Amino acid sequence: MDTMVKDKAITKELDVENIRNEFPILSVTVHGKPLVYFDNAASSQKPLFVIKAISTYYETVNSNVHRGVHHLSSLATDQFETARKTIATHLNANPDEIIYTRGTTEAINLVAFSYGEVFIKEGDEIIISQMEHHSNIVPWQMLCQRKKAVLKYIPITDSGELKMDEYKKLLSAKTKLVAVTHVSNSLGTINPVEEIIALAHAKNVPVLLDGAQAVPHIKVDVKKLDVDFYCFSGHKVYGPTGIGILFGKTKWLKEMVPYQGGGEMIKEVKLEASTYQEPPLRFEAGTPNIEGSIVLATAIDYMNNLGIDAIAKHEHKLLDYATEKLRAIEGLKIVGQAKYKAPVVAFNIEGLHPYDIGVILDQLGIAVRTGHHCTQPIMDLYCIPGTVRTSFSFYNTIAEIDTLVEGVKKAIKMLKK
Amino acid sequence: MSIEEAERELVGEFELFDDWMAKYEYIIDLGKDVPLIDEKYKDEAHTIKGCQSKVWLHSEVKDGFIYYTADSDAMITKGLVAMVVRVLSGHTPEQILSADMNFINKIGLHEHLSPTRSNGLMSMIKQIKLDALAYSAIKR
Repeated sequence: MDTMVKDKAITKELDVENIRNEFPILSVTVHGKPLVYFDNAASSQKPLFVIKAISTYYETVNSNVHRGVHHLSSLATDQFETARKTIATHLNANPDEIIYTRGTTEAINLVAFSYGEVFIKEGDEIIISQMEHHSNIVPWQMLCQRKKAVLKYIPITDSGELKMDEYKKLLSAKTKLVAVTHVSNSLGTINPVEEIIALAHAKNVPVLLDGAQAVPHIKVDVKKLDVDFYCFSGHKVYGPTGIGILFGKTKWLKEMVPYQGGGEMIKEVKLEASTYQEPPLRFEAGTPNIEGSIVLATAIDYMNNLGIDAIAKHEHKLLDYATEKLRAIEGLKIVGQAKYKAPVVAFNIEGLHPYDIGVILDQLGIAVRTGHHCTQPIMDLYCIPGTVRTSFSFYNTIAEIDTLVEGVKKAIKMLKK
Repeated sequence: MSIEEAERELVGEFELFDDWMAKYEYIIDLGKDVPLIDEKYKDEAHTIKGCQSKVWLHSEVKDGFIYYTADSDAMITKGLVAMVVRVLSGHTPEQILSADMNFINKIGLHEHLSPTRSNGLMSMIKQIKLDALAYSAIKR
């Protein structure tokens, strides 16, 4: 992705040591050792700026939104809708195109239901890929079962890239939606989403991008991408859990049926039938995660303050360094060697189970994820039980990667004795 | 040796180690001594599925005592499995059912029993208890 490599010379350097002080959890010890947190692709840590925003909300704002006439309710509504604008601006979308969800998973399920109910019929085809997270597979399998539609998978190469020629062959008059990940959570691959979208649009097929692993690392512009649906999770961008975003183009949202029924999403309720609000409220039944929504905008402000380019530059340095150092370890094979990658290095060591490596790294205070990372089809394809996945953030350091490399060597020594 | 005695013996062996590395190296070593399951039993029916590492377990009753053979694809899991097998193998279904498995806590390995570890150890213990229950029912 161009944002990862452009203008290295002029992008400012992050003051990582000072930034680390803003994340209280980074100074805890685990099994008596300083924490090295390399599980950022699963969830990111939170800066004080975000943590304090949560208590400030409950101390000074807490009230329900969109209903009361009283001061606090209008204050909460105001902050809730201002947050929507902040998030919209971040993605270069209109606020009406931003739907609050519980996370990426719910965002995808929402589209699978609300778009699927209207636009998918028997025999239609939906294209996803072999590198999808389970949350971008299962909702489509469920939709296809419900509608007797067909799910097609774009295959991937040994290095972990989409086979674009195969994708072109899969696109047909039957295709009604393409749903792929922007960045792979288990391989780190940054997919050529501009090309994926252009090819689909040439056949009038809308595209959903799972941006859960992209928004923490890449500047995303939904207008420039011309993407139809885009989603991401708050907790992976230094915000709270239980909040996520679905962007949808108004032209689709207006046609889609509600996802859930309840308060907030209705215009009028009669005993015979009800009418619904315009998007986005149509898709936000019930009292929303008000605190989460407001604090997600705070987290995005925090990231923008650091600068996405500066974040990307530092993370790329970590990725390159980790790739080089880990690759030098005898018997270590990196899983996912795409040309363009987010800061994720997943690997296996010949003859050793990823679980064993993970347990030993944990004893050394190093948090990694082991297993299939909710992408079982990738593991089946590569015939491996899983990988050890390290994923970096802007608050990680070169010294921490050195600790990891020493830890991996120690684990090998212990396990191969 | 009773289950309690076998537990005490194992806990005693671990008391010799004062650092985690030695402890884990010993777990790995114990795994090498597990009575290995016959390859022919490494099928779906004998697989205990953790999310990450696999455990295979076979049990049979001889003269009223249950004997286990097992294996795992991960070395640390295999060591943990070996410990469970060593403590419980060769006892009656009733004795196995009443074992509290507290030795795992005493050795400081309780975190390996958490479901988030998904290493199959917890499911294995559950399976052992279910088998023991079934055997004791048959006996009755």
